[in-house]
Amino acid sequence: MSKLKIGDEAISFNLPGVDGTNHALSEYSGKAAVAVIFSCNHCPYVRAWEDRMVQIQADYAPRDVQLVAINANDASKYPEDSFSKMKERAREKHFNFPYLRDESQEVARAYGAERTPEVFLFDKAHTLRYHGVIDDNYDDPAAVKAKYFRDALDAVLTGTQPATTETKPVGCTIKWK
Amino acid sequence: MKIRFLYTQDCPSHEEALRRLKDALKQEDVTADIDIVRVDTFEEAEREHYLGSPTILIDGRDISPTQDSHYAPACRAYRLEDGRISPLPPMSMILKAIRSAKENLKSNR
Repeated sequence: MSKLKIGDEAISFNLPGVDGTNHALSEYSGKAAVAVIFSCNHCPYVRAWEDRMVQIQADYAPRDVQLVAINANDASKYPEDSFSKMKERAREKHFNFPYLRDESQEVARAYGAERTPEVFLFDKAHTLRYHGVIDDNYDDPAAVKAKYFRDALDAVLTGTQPATTETKPVGCTIKWK
Repeated sequence: MKIRFLYTQDCPSHEEALRRLKDALKQEDVTADIDIVRVDTFEEAEREHYLGSPTILIDGRDISPTQDSHYAPACRAYRLEDGRISPLPPMSMILKAIRSAKENLKSNR
């Protein structure tokens, strides 16, 4: 289970991104909402959902929302999750959000992340307001019935409580060293 | 027809994948035991030449042949007909593999 509980403050990080720059949580302090998504390259659940991540960022950027993806997987055992492969994936899929490498896995452990993808959505005060899946159907975007992440974003942006604050993350386990 | 279903416990899709396999066998009127094998370690993955969860072998043939040779206890990506990636093999892929195995059995008689 996540170490962060709904209502907890975001844990800071400062990690290298595929754009060649380090990114810290503090650089998003002015944002209306920040979503930290533990992700990776190899996981088919991420690959099934990542176009939707890109679309969500595109749709909500005008409303001052920032997604940040973090890959903490052990690349020595899962070479598809290496930093160089992350750069390729970000280019290939036109990621419109930072894709960061948590080599030591400290950030993932601090957040209590267990799966990829796993969403931690914070409001403008960096308070955790939603944690869990992107939506209820990894297999077929056209068959999605519950848009948990989008609905939570809409609520957070209007200063209201998301109807669903927690869902069980669905995906691959984070590959710990 | 020999059927092996290999999976990793931590990958959430294996129950649905097994259900799809059973449905496909029923649809094709095939009665066969399914050898269900759990693969949770790198050693087991190497031994089984395991490309990820779930893996379905019909008469020794992977239903989604690939050149990949990275064996690991991880979730497996399947490419759907529309190009999307899924953690689950589609029914069409499973059915195609079963039909191919049936044809091979017929022609070997």
